[in-house]
This record gives sequence, structure tokens and C-alpha cells, in this order.
Amino acid sequence: MIRVVLATCFALIAMPAAAIDIKEVTSPGGIKAWLVQERSIPFAALEIRFKGGASLDPEGKRGAAYLMSGLLDEGAGDLDSTAFALATEELALKFGFDASADGFSISAQFLTENRDASVELLRKAINEPRFDQSAVDRVRGQVLSIIASDEEDPSDIVSRNFAALAHGDHPYGTKIEGTAESVAALTREDLIASHKDLLTRDRMFVGAVGDISEEDLGVILDTLLGSLPATGPEMPEDAPFLLKGGETVVPYNTPQSVARFGHVGIARSDPDFFAAFVMNQVLGSGGFGSRLMDEVREKRGLTYGVYSYIALREHVNLMMGQVSSSNETVAEAISVIRDEWSKMAENGVTEDELSKAKTFLTGAYPLRFDGNARIANILAAMQFDALPIDYIDNRNAQVEAVTLEDIQRVAKRMLKPENLHFVVVGQPVGLDASN
Amino acid sequence: MRRLIACLLAPVMMTAPALSAENVTTFTLENGLEAVVLEDHRAPVVMHMLWYKAGAADEDPGVSGIAHFLEHLLFKATDKLEAGEFSAIVAANGGSDNAFTSWDYTGYHQRIAADRLELMMSMESNRMRNIRLTEEDVTTERKVILEERAQRTDSDPGALFSEQRNAAQYLNHPYGRPIIGWRHEMTELSREDALAFYQKFYAPNSAVLVVAGDVDPAEVEELAKKYYGPIAPTEGLEERQRPEEPPQRVERRLVYEDPQAAQPYVVRSYLAPERDAGDQETAAALTILAEILGGSGQTSVLGRALQLDSNKAVYTSAFYSGMNYDDTTFGLYIVPAPGLTLQEGEDELDAVVAQFMEDGVDSAHLARVKSQIRASLIYGQDNVTSLGREYGAALTSGLTVQDVQEWPAILEAVTEDDIMDAARLVFDRKKSVTGWFRKPQTQEVSQ
Repeated sequence: MIRVVLATCFALIAMPAAAIDIKEVTSPGGIKAWLVQERSIPFAALEIRFKGGASLDPEGKRGAAYLMSGLLDEGAGDLDSTAFALATEELALKFGFDASADGFSISAQFLTENRDASVELLRKAINEPRFDQSAVDRVRGQVLSIIASDEEDPSDIVSRNFAALAHGDHPYGTKIEGTAESVAALTREDLIASHKDLLTRDRMFVGAVGDISEEDLGVILDTLLGSLPATGPEMPEDAPFLLKGGETVVPYNTPQSVARFGHVGIARSDPDFFAAFVMNQVLGSGGFGSRLMDEVREKRGLTYGVYSYIALREHVNLMMGQVSSSNETVAEAISVIRDEWSKMAENGVTEDELSKAKTFLTGAYPLRFDGNARIANILAAMQFDALPIDYIDNRNAQVEAVTLEDIQRVAKRMLKPENLHFVVVGQPVGLDASN
Repeated sequence: MRRLIACLLAPVMMTAPALSAENVTTFTLENGLEAVVLEDHRAPVVMHMLWYKAGAADEDPGVSGIAHFLEHLLFKATDKLEAGEFSAIVAANGGSDNAFTSWDYTGYHQRIAADRLELMMSMESNRMRNIRLTEEDVTTERKVILEERAQRTDSDPGALFSEQRNAAQYLNHPYGRPIIGWRHEMTELSREDALAFYQKFYAPNSAVLVVAGDVDPAEVEELAKKYYGPIAPTEGLEERQRPEEPPQRVERRLVYEDPQAAQPYVVRSYLAPERDAGDQETAAALTILAEILGGSGQTSVLGRALQLDSNKAVYTSAFYSGMNYDDTTFGLYIVPAPGLTLQEGEDELDAVVAQFMEDGVDSAHLARVKSQIRASLIYGQDNVTSLGREYGAALTSGLTVQDVQEWPAILEAVTEDDIMDAARLVFDRKKSVTGWFRKPQTQEVSQ
């Protein structure tokens, strides 16, 4: 009975398009934003992103952007840390400041009934952070604690080592949190400089969703962002990828090894990007049914989780993956992954796999647009990635257009088993430690 | 600085589901299956969840981890589906699916386009009674759960420490056993163990259906009758009764040392009452107590005294979750500032709590907490899926729909006296476990 239902479903597939009506709003002061109005719940979500982020940390100041992001809610304008926090709680204002490798983001949600006072508080945080020395030292202590914990975390050790080996001296080669030494040396002036460098109007992207009019949004944009510096420093150069095929073992006393692997990937602007995207869905998207999950977990029980992904970054594009497996079995897991890499590079995917991957990807896409904050996030991210405003309407058609030949071509070009490098943290049995 | 919380402990939960009554519909089928439907028509999406009133605390002694192992095995074959086909069909329809196991419940869920609800129900109802396990599936999947334990617990000294503290907290109740299981028992889990648990608990009279999203409640009820309605209940299945805690007469203290313990800390948990049907007042007071003591590093009692005013701590928090079938815990936590010993950190923590017991609750602080609770009623409407989870967890933890709906008002009604009464009730060292987490102490070498 179920198979009959299933067949019917395949025949009937016509996924609802995401009914997202995006307006481009330009404030009186000239700041652009994408807006989706959603009046049924009396609050709005705002997402503001700036390009650059931690990649703009000056030489020797690694961790400046990350520490700065932790201080914008620690006192601003006439409010010290406690007064700022009290005001936030009274307004039930929700916000976050986040530095990442390539960007800096501000996420806020405010109740319609408290909108003006919420915007004023956010304006202070964005424009007039105090960086009081006591707050700097306190948050620095938290960052140092996080760095110390990460030192002993196998997944963190593996990503740190992979990044260092792959990207060398480029900012991507080190963690955005910085090291105990670099963070200890950061001064209040470094944070003021980081704030001035990162939050600038020439690299800013805004999404807004919720109970708000175009006019009101325009005023909010000018209030929050109109006084920021017009321009910021130059972006870093492209990052190198220095790893050759092979394995690197980082000895660590743990019962299970963690392996991170990868080689060079593909750009979003590449004509074959969507083919690569669909190909990865079949290879190792992480869900059940992907080849890696099927071969490494379902058939052999070598892991709890294995996945591959296309890593799109501002200054490098990679094809990456990760797996955890007991020290005794990780060599086998790696060997299976290499075989799957080779098989995909040689033969591509089957008609059935392609069809299933497309149905999943096109069907799952509209499910992303649930909730004001999530949609605001997507709107800002689309602009950040230079996607057109009608991208949402056309995205599924680009997935549908991918053919078996496209995948065969891109798999052969992109997947290079001989270039795949595994960094393994643990005490793996039967792996050669040399590169 | 959020990651500390995520890394080390569950954060304080101020969950307060809020959906006006007209958006919530409930019904119960003749075979005992309870259902909750939550409407949100903003996007053509549905979350279909089936929760069983069976979790790790319902396992027999000696087979710890079987509830979680069975959860994995439900993705293998049934009389109508091949192994792995369930998830493959969900994916082929653009949906995603997963499952989770707790001490009190096991849940299965799919998020998918709303017009695929019937397909989800047909498959989920099918695997309620009709799995077909092969020895080979069991053997392979047992390796997977052992890898899961290796990844989540055995490679993480903080997780191992938490497991030991929990075992010390519960002298008799099965909450003292890890959900994933003790490794030496997991290696022995068999097909027969899994099937015994399955046949007893995977039944309509032990299940709660939650459907949240762009659906019509009348249609959901029709579909539920069609697919779940014909399934026979397990006869003689009674309300769950787990072994109870004896009087706890002495505090327990643990020192967990591991060379990979990067960040030393102290955590203390006290046995505490959970939310009970029709009796949630104490739990509400404890929920707000946790927020006031340790909710925010900048404004909470612990945060202000130890992080802001004195720099005695890098981080502090208090935690409590009342969503439990049996007794839960209330916790306090401190990462002492560099240079302070764990004993000094613990003493500072105790001193601040003692001072709080003398001073009582700041009324302005309580007012701020309540304004945030009211705001969460608005923000909460944006995520009907998490409201669905709230109902599912409540109904499998001994609460009713009415209890869930009354919870915000009960929180709102909590007074300063209620909070102090609850604090006096719970802060009893005889019912506590205090854990120290640190690197092995070596002979001090002078610098």
C-alpha cells in the first residue's frame, strides 16, 4: 500500500513555491534593505551583515573581531554593562552580535509595542559601544576560557590543524577566537579599531521581516546605520590551499579518532555550481541515503556520522568532509570514503539518484522559510552572496536543470581522490603518519 | 558569550508555550492515542511527530540504552518498508526526518510539505507495530550506537563527568542511568531486548501524536483515525511507575580528574520537584528562581556578584527544567576566575546564595523576568514547531494539555515569597551532588 502511495506522490510532485514577497526598501539616507512584511505577529526581526568580519583582524591581533562582538552588549552610550542589560530585559529585546571568518552580523527581534525604545538601545550598541576596561577584561576572561576548552576538544583540534595546514599565514589558517597569547595582548584601542573597521556602510546587507512598514523600516535603517563609517579597510587576498593528498595524524589520547578531509572546491559563480551541489547531495549530504552515510554507517557500522559539503567562503572554495570512528576502524572508514570519492569521480550518479536528489532539494527549499528571524537571515545572506532578489523564485529551476552529464563532468573535474587530504586526531591504528 | 553554556551545561529554560486556544485542537482515539494539532497557516509546511511514553527510565535493569537503540532500529525494515526506506521516502518528498530519545520519552518526527501529511501518517503508523529486525541489522546498528557513545561521551571528559554526577544524584531511580546506556551493557543489547521494549511500549495507548503547521484539525483527525485508529492497544499497560528515591540522607561529593579537563569548574545539583499535572506552582517558582539566580551574566544574582562586582568567576549559571516525569534537579554552576581554587570558587558560590536567602528577591528583577515571559508569548508564535515539541514533551512527562496552557499564567502568578519558599525547599545539601572537574593535581613546582 505504501509503495502505491509513494508512486502517486512522485507523479504528483508539485511543491508549493515559497510565497515570499520581497520588497527592496531604500531609506531616506540611501541605505538599502530587503523587506518581507508579516503582520500577523506583533514583532519584527532584523538581520544586518557586514562583509569582512574576522578576516580583517590586523596582523598580530587575531581574536579582535571575536572579542569585539562580545562587547557590543556590554555597555553603550550613557549605559554601563548592567544598565544596558537591564534595559534590554525590560524591553524584552532579543539581539546577538556575531563575528565569523568572513562577516559580522547583528540579529535583532523587537516587539512592536517597544519598537522605538528597542531601536534606540540597538543604536547605542551599534554606534556607541563603551568598551569599558572592566567589561573588556571580563569578556576576555570568557574568551580565554573558551580557547582553553577548545584546546582539548577533538573536533576543534582537527579543524584547527586542518585550517593551519591548508591555509598557512592567511587569516583562514587560524581560529577567529585567536590564541591565548593574541587575546591576552588585545587592548581597548584594538577593539575600538575593530569596531570602526568592521561596521562600515560600503559592505552592509540588511534583511527585515515582520510587523513593520517600509517607511518605518527606512527610518530605523538611518537611525541604526546612517552614522557608521562610509568605508572600511581592504579585504584580504585569496587564501592558498597548501595540502596535497595524504594523511596527517595529530596524536591525541582518545578512544575515537576524528578525521577532517578536503581539497579544492568550486565557486558559486561557476556554471557547474548547481551540478556540484546536486552531486554532493548524493555523495555525502549527511542525511540518510547519501552514499557516504550508506557505506560507512549503514552497511559497516563504522561511524555515527559522516558527511561531505561544499564550503563556499569569500577567499577560498573547498570540498570538505568529516567523520568520527574508533581508533581501530578509522583507517577503514577513510578507505571507504576514498573509494566513494573515486567512484563518484569516475561514474557520476545514476538516473534514480539524480531524480531523488532533485526531489529532495526542491522540496526541502520552501521549508526553510519558516519564521521571521529565519527569513530575515536568508534575505541578508542572499544579498551578502550577491544573489538576485528573484533568486528564491528561480532557484529550484536551476536544480531541476542539472543533468547526468553535468554531474559526470563536474565530478570528474572537482573530485580528486589523489588530492584528498585527511587530518586525523586520535590514536588511529594502521594509518601512516606521514603526509 | 554564549558558547560556554552550550559547551558545558544545558541553559536555563524559560519555555512558555503560547498559542491562543483556537489554534490548538486535541482529540483522543478509541485505542487510546492522544493527539494535539497546532495550526499555523503562514507557510505550507507541517511537522508530524509521534511521541511514545517510553524512554530510558522505563528500561529494565541490565539493558541500559535499549530505548535509544530501538529508536535507531525503527529506521530499519518493516513488513512494508525496506531498511532505510522510511527516510528515503521522506527525503524523496522533500522532507527531513529524525528521532530522539530521552529518559521519559522517545519521539519520531518529519518536517515536510503540508500535503504530504497522509504519507507520513501511513508510514509512521506502519512502524508502530510492524518492524522486521534481522540479526545483521542489529549487529551493524549496535556498532553505530557504540560509535555514537564514543563520539558524544567517551571522547568528552565533561560528558563522562556529567554521567557520573547523574549516577550519584539518583540512588534508586533509573534517571541515574545514561540514556545512551552504559557501554558494557550496550555491547550486549540484543534483538530480543529491543523487541521486548517495542512490543510493550510502541502502542497507541502509549503514544501522543502532535501535528503542527498548515493543517485543518478535522482532516488531521480523519487521517489519524484512518491510519492510527485500527492499531490495537497493548493490553494491561498501566501508568508508568519507576523505582522511587529513598530519603537522601547525605550529600555526595565527586572530584573528576582528567588530563583533558581544560577548564576547571564546580557544579552542584539538588534533587527537586518537577512539574506535576494540576500542581505546577513549585516548579514555576523554581523556574523563575533559576532565572533570577543565574539567568544572565550581567543581571542575575550570581552574575552580578561573582562576574561583575568581584571578578571571582569567569562564568556562573543556575539551571532547572521542570519537564520531567519524576523528580528533576536544580543546579548551580561556577567557573572560578583564574587563580582561584575550586574550593574557593565553591565557597564564593555558597556565600552568594546564602546572602540571597537573607536578602530575598528584588521586585524589579522579578518584574523584568515576567515582562520577558509575556514577550515570549509573542515571540513563541513564530515557531509552531517548538510549541509542538513542548506539547509532546509535556504529554509524555505526565502533564496534560491544560497544564501546558496554564503554565504561562502560573509563571505570571509567582510571588517573591513563592520563590523563597521554593529555594528553601530545594537547597538541602543532603539531597545534593557537588562535582569538581579539573586536571589531575600534580606536585606544585615553584615558578
